[in-house]
Amino acid sequence: MQIEVNGDSIELAEGATLVDLLAQMELTGKRVAIELNLEIIPRSEHGQTELKSGDKLEVVHAIGGG
Amino acid sequence: MSEQNNDQLIIAGKSYNSRLLVGTGKYKDMAETEAAIAASGAEIVTVAVRRTNIGQNPDEPNLLDVISPDKYTILPNTAGCYTAEDAVRTCRLARELLDGHNLVKLEVLGDQKTLYPDMSETLKATETLVKDGFDVMVYCSDDPIAAKKLEEMGVCAIMPLGSLIGSGLGILNPHNIRIIMESANIPVLVDAGVGTASDAAIAMEMGCEAVLMNTAIAAAKDPVLMASAMRKAIEAGREAYLAGRMPRKKYASASSPMDGLI
Repeated sequence: MQIEVNGDSIELAEGATLVDLLAQMELTGKRVAIELNLEIIPRSEHGQTELKSGDKLEVVHAIGGG
Repeated sequence: MSEQNNDQLIIAGKSYNSRLLVGTGKYKDMAETEAAIAASGAEIVTVAVRRTNIGQNPDEPNLLDVISPDKYTILPNTAGCYTAEDAVRTCRLARELLDGHNLVKLEVLGDQKTLYPDMSETLKATETLVKDGFDVMVYCSDDPIAAKKLEEMGVCAIMPLGSLIGSGLGILNPHNIRIIMESANIPVLVDAGVGTASDAAIAMEMGCEAVLMNTAIAAAKDPVLMASAMRKAIEAGREAYLAGRMPRKKYASASSPMDGLI
């Protein structure tokens, strides 16, 4: 299925969870925050949150800034 | 170091020894970031929140591995946001990123060239964020009316700019900042425009609670040395303020006695 992550369209297996998505993005174990269709999904719910076609996500981390 | 510090900075109910807050942007690499922050003595450090597909060399460690939330108070900012909506979204993401910590630096910009705050959007974002339980430190203009409104809305600190972000022009508006401080019941920090150590000292001599800077350190030829200078400047300025400066006079007042001249 197609979903949008950080402005890019990506291919993901049906029934994939946020944990699967992070693994595909090589972000497992990294400190990130996720917004799914404008809603923040807490880390504790990543494993139970299944994605569906057309979902729009922001996956962010902290970088240097003033 | 430490004798007991009776002059701590208090922000959102937490006490700090350092009155210098620093950013983590514009450094050459993570090692320099870490060294400069250590030299500055800062305890509150700002970070930006960005998509994972940009912003970092994949071989470098993650910023928060090096500048750890265990050691520092991390202050996420909403840099790059031009609308209240984006700023609020960014703060919510930042809170999740930092395990529920509510302290944020709100900046809503109006213009790419000047990075001047859009006060209308800033007020809008403030209202939403305060209702949502955030402790908001707000980057703002030096407009005393807007500053009062922000305080009444419940921000935990007001942070007027001294001059444009990254300009290094120093404190161009001491009179406005002084007016803001006179009627503020919450900490007033100068955020933006500091260029060198004397600028930081001037802000502290005026009675500001603290100073936030990034470019002044990161863009110095020797950032680690400048961080050390800033640390001293903040301390010197604060002591001068607490000491109570001598009055300014129009004419001379001799320092040596007039009696007993030969």
